[in-house]
Order: sequence, then C-alpha cells, then structure tokens
Amino acid sequence: MNLTTSLIGIAAYLILAPIAGGLLAGIDRKISARMQGRYGPPILQPFYDFFKLMEKEPITVNKVQDFYIMCFLIFIIITGCFFFAGGDLLLVIFTLTLASIFLVVAAFSSNSPYAQVGAERELLQMMAYEPMVLLTAVGFYLVSGSFNVADIVTGEVMGIKYLPGIFLGFVFILTIKLRKSPFDLSMSHHAHQELVKGMTTEFSGRTLAALEIAHWYENIFLLGFVYLFFVNQAAWTPVLAVIVCLVVYFIEILIDNSYARMKWQIAINASWIVAVTLGFVNLLVLYFMG
Amino acid sequence: MSTILFLILFPFVVALALLVLKTDAARDVIVKVASVVIAAASVYLTVQYFGSGGEYFEFEGEIVNSLMMGIEICLAVIIFYLGVKYKKYLASLLVAIQTPIMVWFELSVGHGIHVTHNMYVDRLSLVMVLIIGIIGTLICWYSIGYMKDFQHHHHGEPDRRPWFFFLMFLFLAAMFGIVVSNNLVWLYFFWEITTLCSFFLIGYTKTKEAINNSFRALIMNLFGGLGFVLGIVVLGNFYETLELDQMLAIGLMGGSVVVPAALLAFAGITKAAQMPFNSWLLGAMVAPTPTSALLHSSTMVKAGVFLIVKLSPVLGWNLAGIMVMLVGGITFLMASFAAISQSNAKRVLAYSTVANLGLIVACGGIGTYAAVWAAIMLIIFHAVTKSLLFLCVGTAEHNIGSRDIEDMDGLFGRMPRLATFMIVGIAGMFLAPFGMLISKWAALKAVIDSGNVLLVMMIVFGSAATLFYWTKWLGKMVAIVAKRENIQQNVHKEEWLVLSSLTVLTIVICLIFPVVSSYLIVPYLEAVYSTVAALALSSGNMYIMSAMLALVVLLPLLFFGKTNKKIVPIYMAGVNLGDDLTFLGSMEKPMPVSLRNWYMEDYFAEKRMNVIGVIATVVVLVAAFSMIIGGVL
Repeated sequence: MNLTTSLIGIAAYLILAPIAGGLLAGIDRKISARMQGRYGPPILQPFYDFFKLMEKEPITVNKVQDFYIMCFLIFIIITGCFFFAGGDLLLVIFTLTLASIFLVVAAFSSNSPYAQVGAERELLQMMAYEPMVLLTAVGFYLVSGSFNVADIVTGEVMGIKYLPGIFLGFVFILTIKLRKSPFDLSMSHHAHQELVKGMTTEFSGRTLAALEIAHWYENIFLLGFVYLFFVNQAAWTPVLAVIVCLVVYFIEILIDNSYARMKWQIAINASWIVAVTLGFVNLLVLYFMG
Repeated sequence: MSTILFLILFPFVVALALLVLKTDAARDVIVKVASVVIAAASVYLTVQYFGSGGEYFEFEGEIVNSLMMGIEICLAVIIFYLGVKYKKYLASLLVAIQTPIMVWFELSVGHGIHVTHNMYVDRLSLVMVLIIGIIGTLICWYSIGYMKDFQHHHHGEPDRRPWFFFLMFLFLAAMFGIVVSNNLVWLYFFWEITTLCSFFLIGYTKTKEAINNSFRALIMNLFGGLGFVLGIVVLGNFYETLELDQMLAIGLMGGSVVVPAALLAFAGITKAAQMPFNSWLLGAMVAPTPTSALLHSSTMVKAGVFLIVKLSPVLGWNLAGIMVMLVGGITFLMASFAAISQSNAKRVLAYSTVANLGLIVACGGIGTYAAVWAAIMLIIFHAVTKSLLFLCVGTAEHNIGSRDIEDMDGLFGRMPRLATFMIVGIAGMFLAPFGMLISKWAALKAVIDSGNVLLVMMIVFGSAATLFYWTKWLGKMVAIVAKRENIQQNVHKEEWLVLSSLTVLTIVICLIFPVVSSYLIVPYLEAVYSTVAALALSSGNMYIMSAMLALVVLLPLLFFGKTNKKIVPIYMAGVNLGDDLTFLGSMEKPMPVSLRNWYMEDYFAEKRMNVIGVIATVVVLVAAFSMIIGGVL
C-alpha cells in the first residue's frame, strides 16, 4: 500500500467510521429491542442522543477527567488510523492499549466508588483479552509473513484458512471488547445489571458524548480485525469479509441478549482458556506446517 | 585505556576516602564531586571509543593477577568467618569449595595459559559504562539526602553511613571492572566483589531480618560464583583459553562451547535474580531504598544480564540456550503474576524487575541479532525507569510514612510533583510509546521469529499481567481525593534534582532511541554477528513511536487540568455529605468511603506463583545440566 491509499484509508476512517459506528449502534438497539419483544428506538437514535448530550449543562467532578477522555478519543482515532493506513498490527494493539488506559485512568481519577469498581473491572477485562489479541497478530504474521495490515490484505492466502482457532478465539474476546453481556462487567447498556454505568458514572454532557464517538470509532476498527481474516488479493473477498463482519456483529447482539452478566472470574478464566487452547494450538499447528 | 583504569580506580579511592572521613559536610562534597567526575569520565570514555568497532588491550598484568588472588583469598576468609559467626554454614561451605578450586586452577592450569587481551571496550561496554556512570552516580547523589533522613528515622542506632557510601562507590568500581574485562579470571574477581558489596548493603541495618536476607543473597550468588569458577576451569582445561572473546569466537566458528556457556549463564541467572534464585532480590528490600535502586537498575542484576547478553552469540538452539530461554520466560511470566498480588510498592517494583530481567535473559537465550537488540534496549530503558521509580517510592516513604500503594491514595494532591514523576515512571514501564514497551515489542517479534511457541505464550500472558498491576497502581496515583494537604516541601533538594533528572532522562531516551540504536547498538551487533540483519522494529515504526511520545508529552502540557466547567460532588449511592469522602448511610449515619485495589489472591497468590516458578525452573536447570553432563561423559 502506498502513501495515497494510506491517506485515503485514514480519511475514509476519520469521516465514515463515526457514521457507520453510530448506525451500527442504532441497528444494534433496534435488533435488541425486537429480540426482547419491544418496538425499539429509531435507527438514528444514537445520533439524537449524541446531540442532546452536547447541549447538556457542562459539569464535571474534577479538573482532570475531561482531559483523560479527550486523550482516550484522540488515541482511539490514532489507533484506527494506523489500522486503516495499513500499519503494523502490533503498533495498532499497543496504541489501543494506551487509549484504553486513558479511559481507565479517567474513571480512577474521579475517586468515585462506582467509577472505580468499573475501572478495576475494565482492567481485569483488558488482562483477560490482551493475550488473545496479541496471539491474533502473531497468527497473521505467521500466515502472511508481515505484521502490516497492508501486506495482509494483499496477501495470497485468506487468513481464515490457517487461523480458524484464532478467529474463534478473537470472536470470543470480541464480546468483551464490544461490551456485550455476559462480559459487560465494567459498563453496560442493559439497565438490569448490578453495576450499570460503571466507569462512566461520573462522565456527563460533552465528555460522555466524546466517549460515545470514541466507542463508535473503536467498534468499527474492531470489526476491521474480523475483516482481515477473510480478505486477500482476490477482488471479491472484501464483499465476503464485510458480510462476515455483519454476521459476527449480529451474533454478538444475539449473545448479548441471551446471556445474563457473568462473574468476573468466569470472564478471565474463559478468555484465558480460549487463548491457551484455540490460540496456542492454532499457533503450534502453524509452526509445524511452516 | 587510561580512562578505563581511572573509572575502576577512582571510585575505589573515593570509597576509601568516604570510609575514613566521617563528617556530613565532607561526605556531601566528596559524593557530589566524585559523582560528577565519574559521570563525566563515562561520557568521555564513550566519546573516546565511539568510533571504534571495539578495542582490546593487552595490559600485561602478572602483578594484578597475584593481587587479585590475594584479595580473593582474604575475602574468602572473611566470608568463611562471617558464615561461622552467624551460623550460616552453607555460605562458609560454598566459599570453602569455590575459592580453593579457583586458587588451584590459577596456580596450575591457569598459569600456563597466555592471556593476550585482559581488557576491552566495545559499544556494549560503553552502553553499560554510561548506565553505571550516570544512573549509578545519580543514585549516590540522591543517597546524600535520603541517608540523612534514614539516620534521623533510626536515631539511636550507630551511624554506619561511611560504610554505606564506601560500599556504594566500591560497587560502581567493580561494575566498571565487569564490563571491560575480557580475561574471565578478572571478570570473576569483579563479579565476586559485587556479590560481597550487595551482601553488606543488604545487611546494612543489622536487624535479624536484614542479616538473614543478606546471607540468602550471599549464598545464592555464591552458587552462581561456583558455576562461574567451574566455567573457567572447563574453559581453561579443555579450550585452553581464559578470554571471553576467544570463547565466543570458538562458538561462532562452529565449535561447541555449550558446557562453559551453560555454566557461565548459570552464574548470570543467579545474579540476575531469575527463578529459582529470585528470592534474594526480594529479600534485598530490607536495605535502604537507594540500595534497592542501585541493585535493580545499574548494578548487580545488570551484571547478570550483561554476561548473558555477552554470551548470547553462542546460545540459541543448543542446550545452554534453551535452558536460558526457558528460565527467562518462566521467570517473566510467574514474576509478572506475582506482582499483581503485592500492595507493597517496593515489592511490586522488585517483581517487575525480576520479570523484566527474565525477558532480557530470554532474549539473550534466543541469541539472534534482533533478540539481542531487544535485550540491550531493555537494559537501557529498564535502568533509567526503574531507578526513577525506586527513588520516587523512597521519597514517598519518607514523607507519607508508608511504602504501601494503598496509602498513596491521592498522592496527586499531597505531592503533585512526586506523583507526576512517578506517573512518568509507571507509564515508562509498560505503555506505548515509552521505551520498555518498544523493547518488549521488539522482544516479542524476535521470539516469534525464533519459533519458540511456548515462549510466545509466556510473553503474551506476562504482558497482560504487567498491564494490570501497573495500571492499578497508576489508578491510585491519579485519583483526585478531596481535602489533601500539600506536603512536598519537606523533600531534600538533592532528591528533587535526581528525580527530575531521571524523569527527563526517561523521556529523552525514548525520544532519541532511534539514534541510540543506530549509533551504539546496531554497530555492536554488526561487529558481533558480522552480518547486517533487519531489526525487529522498522525505522518507520521507531519514528512513529517518537512522534507519539512527543504527543503524549505535549497534550498534558497544553491541556491538563484546565476546565471552566462547574465542579460538582461525586455520586455515592447515598447522600454525599459534600466532601466526597462520606455519605449518609441507611441509618442516617455518616459512612466514610474507602476504595481499595484488587489483588486477586485466589489467582496470583505470591507463594503459589513462586512455588510453581521455582519448581519449573529447577526442572529446566536440572534437565539441562544432566543432559549436558550426560553428553560430555
């Protein structure tokens, strides 16, 4: 991928990701409502919510948390830009970690009980999914010989052929990353959980709006990972990959609505067992083949 | 050449002077002047040999050899006596085995082997000299103020500060010796001096705990010393050389040097506090904090990893290499887990040191071009960042009266400057775009390329744990707790100077690391491997990291803490009484709120992690050595 395509990738991500992410959130809410036997809000509801948040009275609990949220947003966007510019997967993962740390720090800074419980849980979730995310990058590297997204999408082989275990493992931890039940421990969209807003308890108005935007950006780029598994140099593969992304997202919605929240112990046990079994075995096979 | 000798002899002379002169004023002046001189000399040495690809010096040293042997025998007698006196007979026994073997060897076989080059300087030595000369002396400088407070806190006890500063400077001298000795007998001499210095420094307070822990450190390192002696004996008897570069050359030419390499690497493993020997470094916590900072950052453990990095060209996929890789990998994983369960800041730091050394050792074991690059980068970044963190904890301890992370609640309000330094240090240890993460990235890539899947798993899980324990500490630091009084005016100005220098260094080294890489490390690697290979990190990614760092530094400078929003109380699920610290409970009673971190004892209990790690590494070591001995016989 040359500079022009990288720049196009970045520009497209910057402009289209929040729109697609917002729409995805709207569709998510609609489907969830239908699954629960409700009519549900309009598809554009997330955008209405966003504009309403922007007009709220500006209040905060301390002078620093807005700064941390701003950094969260900035680094989430940078993460996505690295990804869609065709950059190094490990660079993408490490930048994502940096961004997530800013969010956790923002929650910690309020010293508010609910926010702090949420922050600790978020950390736990990060510890749970991090190994599998790194193994995903390792898998792509072993298959395509490069960590660069640009090389992976123009490779000869389709990742999924050699990485079925890693794909399943990634989809598993995607439930955590997309903040879906049963692993929506640190914050949730479902009102019936024991800790609902968790980390976001003390954010309001524009800060909360920034957080929403950041999540839209984040979700799109996470689906980008799913996309990578199904794409290669053949021209028809992007269509397939996008369809798979949508299917995966639908499955996540289904899981979200059919499970109650589980204990944090299950979240970490399950994710690590998945990483050790699916991830490790898949890697072993790759090394033996290659 | 003369600069090298100066770097070894001058700290030694300073050490003697500090032992004799007992007034505060004299000590302050001598420590400060000596620190500046040593740091300047290290930089001068770097400038002097910067352009050379590595120079070896003959330095005819019959007298030096005899002198060293004489000192070794005296020290052995002292250890033997102390071992008997404190009923630590194992120490006496070990020294009674090791020193006679060494003396016998030197008088019989060793005497007949001609050593062409006793000393050398290459770019790896320069890196180490800079670390020792700059970080080491900064820690000495910091100790001036810290030890005054320490004496104040322990008043009534005899003032042993002359002894303390004597040991600190002697330590530096010995470290300089280690990184420039090509003659393994000399290297061994300096090696043993560092063992002794750390023994006396750990036992500094002479409490029962301190004495026990100091003997544990001594005994474990004497085991390593024994390995070193056996390595020398094997090398002398079967390969007829005593020179490190000769040994590496034999290995690189295709000859097998697995036996001496494994023995020397074993010595490195003990000194680098790898499992099963990690407990000595944890026990070293009883010493005054500057000691810990010195042991963890620029001396002692760095001597261990230095030796392993030095040996790495002859490690790799042979028994010695596999042993080193696995010991390092297991240590990285288990120590990272154990750190999660700790609330004592110094113990968290200690486990983090053990873990990072594990990563360096594992990279050394892999021994490829890219892995060694990562290992050297880790050594540099770790030295700077870890010394900063230890000294921050030392200052916090003297001012808030605790080294427990739970007591650092809202440190941002009480000691804003210190908290900022500490946050930089913590971020420096595990976050992009700081140095440790960059090196870890390179290490991960090198490990993947080496084809060791098990090690890949250890690193990804260890990294996840690392993320967890640092961030929860970070969370304590950044919490804005209401009504905290600012108490940072009591800190000594020497301490501020050192802490701010280290903070700046942490950031600056990250900014200029592409330069460090291409002018110091890459030329070293090209000389050792006589090839040019691709680095784990492309230069594009290196510059992206530097740019991101600039952003991470700029953003807070521009926007941190600026808001014109209305500030409101936090939500407490009960009526907040207005101070953000208490709420009205269900019985109309004010309830105080206290927030605590997670330690996950059920998962990562310290003892269990240690037991698993020790058993696993003992199995690896025993298996490796049995196979090596089996192969020889």
